[in-house]
Amino acid sequence: MAVTPPPERGTLVSRARSPAEATEADLRALESNILTTTVDRVVSWARRNSLWPAQFGLACCAIEMIATAQARFDIARFGSEAFRASPRQADLMIVSGRVSQKMAPVVKHIYEQMLDPKWVIAMGDCASCGGVFNNYALVQGVDKLIPVDVYVAGCPPRPEALLYGFLKLQELIAQPGRRRR
Amino acid sequence: MTTLRVRIRQSLAILKGLAVTFRYLFRPPVTVRYPEVKRAAVQPRFKGRHWLTLYADGMERCVGCELCVIVCPSQAIYVRAAENTPEHQVSKGERYATDFQINELRCIFCGFCEEACPTGAIVLGREYELASFSRDAMIYTKPMLTEPYPGASGRDPQREV
Repeated sequence: MAVTPPPERGTLVSRARSPAEATEADLRALESNILTTTVDRVVSWARRNSLWPAQFGLACCAIEMIATAQARFDIARFGSEAFRASPRQADLMIVSGRVSQKMAPVVKHIYEQMLDPKWVIAMGDCASCGGVFNNYALVQGVDKLIPVDVYVAGCPPRPEALLYGFLKLQELIAQPGRRRR
Repeated sequence: MTTLRVRIRQSLAILKGLAVTFRYLFRPPVTVRYPEVKRAAVQPRFKGRHWLTLYADGMERCVGCELCVIVCPSQAIYVRAAENTPEHQVSKGERYATDFQINELRCIFCGFCEEACPTGAIVLGREYELASFSRDAMIYTKPMLTEPYPGASGRDPQREV
């Protein structure tokens, strides 16, 4: 009996038009796919609707991040009101502000303390690429240290712009194929 | 007797406090429901993403002088200019920009480029929703920056500068 390669994960292509027509391979594909994809979708739904950010701010962007958490913009509408002081309880790291060379090890430490799955938003110009401070004192973008999922432009970004980036991150988490992990 | 008076005062204090709570219960919430509802208008001076504007006849305003490149404090702009020829007239000056890139992640939206521009080609628009999954995607090229039709950026295409 020829060994058929296992179907690719996430693809369920069957030409059967009724259960009676389903072949052995179709059933095997069904078994290997349907449960995991569904659980994946539920898990990603749960993850993206309760992203808890780590509570720390680096510079002026942090003020806008605080404003995002307040009543007017209310990040709680997206399930992220719980800014966690302990990185171990946080899923999302909003790098809000410039990362100086002195702060770089600390930022990296916070990221490494966070438990998987974890995501990073580089908020503002300085965190994304150094912005106006193209000099020796600053890390030219926090992605030199840690992987970044969403970059938000603005100096500083409006709270709406941060929410826009946040919604983009939720979009990213919703698509298992485009996720980093 | 004294304790009774204290009790009454304490109960009244609680009711007074709860009155504040109940008053807020019937006020409309201050929350802007952002993705569905946006704040009516940004401030008139607000500086968002850039647009390269056109004259009313569709000619490009940018003459490739690179003054915006010089003035930009974060070195976010790159311009490569080329000469206009009678067969290929793109702008109303001697030169035009063949390549015009703005790194929206570098840009601090100070508006110096808008001030420096002698023809009023570069303007900062109203859009603030700038986010991407990669740094490269935030480098806006000339086709992305040029307004799709004269006046699309919200500036009068008939204006002098």
